Amino acid sequence: MSLIIDLFLTFAKIGLFTFGGGYAMISLIERTCAETKGWITREEMTNVTVLAESTPGPIAINCATFVGYKKKGFAGAAAATFGVVLPSFCVILLISSFLDNFLEIRWIAHAFRGIRAAVGILILDAGVGMLRGMKKKPLPVGIAVCAFLAAFVSGIFAVRVSSAAMMVVSAAVSLTVFFVAGRAGKGRGGKEAE
Amino acid sequence: MIYLDLFLGFLKVGLFSFGGAYGAIPLIRDVVLSRGWLEDDRLTDMIAVSESTPGPIMVNLATYVGSSQAGFPGALTATAAVVLPAFTVILLLMILFRRLPGSPAADAALGGLKPCVVGIVTATGASMILRHCIGSPGAFSPDLSALILTAALALVYFGSRRFVKRGISPILLIGLSAAAGIVLYGGK
Repeated sequence: MSLIIDLFLTFAKIGLFTFGGGYAMISLIERTCAETKGWITREEMTNVTVLAESTPGPIAINCATFVGYKKKGFAGAAAATFGVVLPSFCVILLISSFLDNFLEIRWIAHAFRGIRAAVGILILDAGVGMLRGMKKKPLPVGIAVCAFLAAFVSGIFAVRVSSAAMMVVSAAVSLTVFFVAGRAGKGRGGKEAE
Repeated sequence: MIYLDLFLGFLKVGLFSFGGAYGAIPLIRDVVLSRGWLEDDRLTDMIAVSESTPGPIMVNLATYVGSSQAGFPGALTATAAVVLPAFTVILLLMILFRRLPGSPAADAALGGLKPCVVGIVTATGASMILRHCIGSPGAFSPDLSALILTAALALVYFGSRRFVKRGISPILLIGLSAAAGIVLYGGK
């Protein structure tokens, strides 16, 4: 029982003290769970980070569920996940109760008008960072360019193209190429796909 | 029903968000704007607030949107929905395999999905900047002060990387832009 509470409190602390989203959390989770608590090994932490990048949802949730399950099964996973979510839930709930009135104050409204210029830069920077880390092969580059054009045109002209639908199509195209290349490769003596 | 709408909307966000918080922003924009839950500007404000408050950005945005639409129960519904896929997937993988499984077909699917996210995120950033500075083709409204501010912020943000190892942090950029907004727009 005390381990469950420990998991909850530890992840609540991680949830409370990390700003800037998932990647900022990974280093704190590693320091806390691998070094201080010894709940998981560094290697497991690396594995779960890789896994988190290939599974949907917030990375912090993936990590919390993994550590919690490993230590205490389903109850541990639930406690750690609940812990990591709770602080931000409470903080945002508090903010949302007064944000509307807050934004009516003139200088605050001016501040947020300035902030809007920064948000686009941050998102663009995140996209360019991902672009740099991408494999420079014809298929992924082609998909990225097509997705960029479709999303850019839809963003500018306010035509809605579903991001989820684009992602499903991209995955299907890549999967098709994988199977076709695999079959062709078998015919020519097992040439590697990609 | 609003609760079911919130649940399904944010379940979709939780299910399709690969590539961290910024990968989720285009999806959240899709869901929130298509249902008319928030104005575009208010959503942008909340992205900045989420970046500057603790916790995963996706959770912060889900809580805010849920709360703005249906109070505390709405916040609870949206947050649970955005967390559920990540929780369930890891749980299932741990129960079924006890470790990280690898599959060439899954890798191939992800190999197509991830570049798509990269394209969408880059396009979202670029089109948000353009719309903020010069408006959209339907409502063309060049805004000189927004243009100057964006250029100055980009210069500071990217330029700082030449001098400091990782440049200034996103939160510091948001702080600077807020201060600049007060100075720039306060005079009018």
